[in-house]
Amino acid sequence: MEKKVREPGAPVVQFALLDDILNLARANSLWPMTFGLACCAIEMMAAGASRFDLDRIGAGVFRPSPRQSDVMIVAGTIAKKMAPVIQMLWDQMPNPKWCIAMGNCSISGGPFAYEEQYAIVPGAHLIVPVDIVIPGCPPRPEALIQGLLALEDKITKGEGRNLLRRFKRVSGGVN
Amino acid sequence: MSEGLLGSEWFRLILGLLIVLAFSQLNALFLVWLERKVAGHLQLRPGPMEVGPHGLLQTIADGVKLVGKELILPFKADRKLFFLAPVMVFMPVLVGFLVLPFSRGLIIRDMNVGVLLVFAFSTITVLAILTGGWASNNKYALLGAVRSVAQNVAYEIPLLLAVLSVVLVVHSLSFAKIVEYQKTVWFIFLQPLAGLIYLIAATAETNRAPFDIPEAESELVAGFHTEYSGMGFGLFFLAEYTNMFIVCAVATSLFFGGWNGLFGISLGIPGVFWFLLKTYFLIFVIMWVRWTFPRVRFDQLMNFSWKVMIPLSLANIVITAIVVKII
Repeated sequence: MEKKVREPGAPVVQFALLDDILNLARANSLWPMTFGLACCAIEMMAAGASRFDLDRIGAGVFRPSPRQSDVMIVAGTIAKKMAPVIQMLWDQMPNPKWCIAMGNCSISGGPFAYEEQYAIVPGAHLIVPVDIVIPGCPPRPEALIQGLLALEDKITKGEGRNLLRRFKRVSGGVN
Repeated sequence: MSEGLLGSEWFRLILGLLIVLAFSQLNALFLVWLERKVAGHLQLRPGPMEVGPHGLLQTIADGVKLVGKELILPFKADRKLFFLAPVMVFMPVLVGFLVLPFSRGLIIRDMNVGVLLVFAFSTITVLAILTGGWASNNKYALLGAVRSVAQNVAYEIPLLLAVLSVVLVVHSLSFAKIVEYQKTVWFIFLQPLAGLIYLIAATAETNRAPFDIPEAESELVAGFHTEYSGMGFGLFFLAEYTNMFIVCAVATSLFFGGWNGLFGISLGIPGVFWFLLKTYFLIFVIMWVRWTFPRVRFDQLMNFSWKVMIPLSLANIVITAIVVKII
């Protein structure tokens, strides 16, 4: 018999319909934190600016304070000195919260991961729980948008359940 | 019970309160959406697009999400004051609706000190911001709150002096009388300087860019609401947009003729539509300014108020007094 383990931060009593509505709202208003580490952050800024415009899918409100943000985009190389800061920022965010590891550096250390290296943390998953990984060095803004849409699908548990979104992805939807 | 339930004073009060609450929430939802759309279009991007037609459901999603977020009480924060501040910031804005002249006869209470009441209560907002910043026990929040107080003290004076020059002409503090006086000529034509000073000071009063140094993101993380999560932040946000509506509605009734049409030509459109049209146009102008100009430095802000705006508004009021005396 499998014992169901409650996820940290999840409520003890759950209401199915209310949860669906809340998840729908959460998925469609993912406010990222104004926070970048390296060159991936430049692509993240480009994704927020006029050509790509994250605000179209409601994810363009970059909040400067971790208290008001929903998703942390770890964009860039995580130096060992920066790791405690990232952990602290993650702890300061209120639940429910999500994390996107953007770029090869934050997935596995990228080009900086070799034997006996002493300077970087090889992977954001070593310090914070990562929901979505976006490969690339750096990933293009389209890739970031795809990652955010994948995170939305993860929150609503399937693209078909995201009733508010007005388009269907041609491929790659998590269902 | 000769008048029955419908005519009683209590019924009027409760009905007014309900209408004001519903209107202020809907208005804030619409304004947040409008702000993001205006920001988007000024930056050559569409803004919210996919959540509902043209992103109309975006702010509803944001609001539901904010309600569902965890409320964090910082370890060293003052528990009572921390939760009191968001409530305190929203209450005085609601009181402002009491005297706003939407149309002839469409005023909840036409007080003979209406103008005074709006400005007296809007000052409490500053106190709430200071409370929030102090109770957070965070250096950035406190710095933001202190800046907000300094800025509001500096800009309240030219604001009130500009309003006073209108009051001097009309000899009344009642909104209805001031609007009635502008039946043919709006005060923006009689008192252009006062109108301009009012608009600039009102932008500073509502902490909007280019005067948004209390929440300057590049210097103080998020200013006075750094430590607020979920609906605590949401209430600060709602209050800011409702405050913006109040400030623009007051500007409409003091300088832009309230429910009157231009030069007495109303084109048969009801007064309340004229009033809302002008108010929302002024709000659009304030948003336009926000997304066009960069944030000013703190010393520039203070110098501009104490060295330019206050002397100008003082000179304006003296000249107005002399002209009124001669005529």
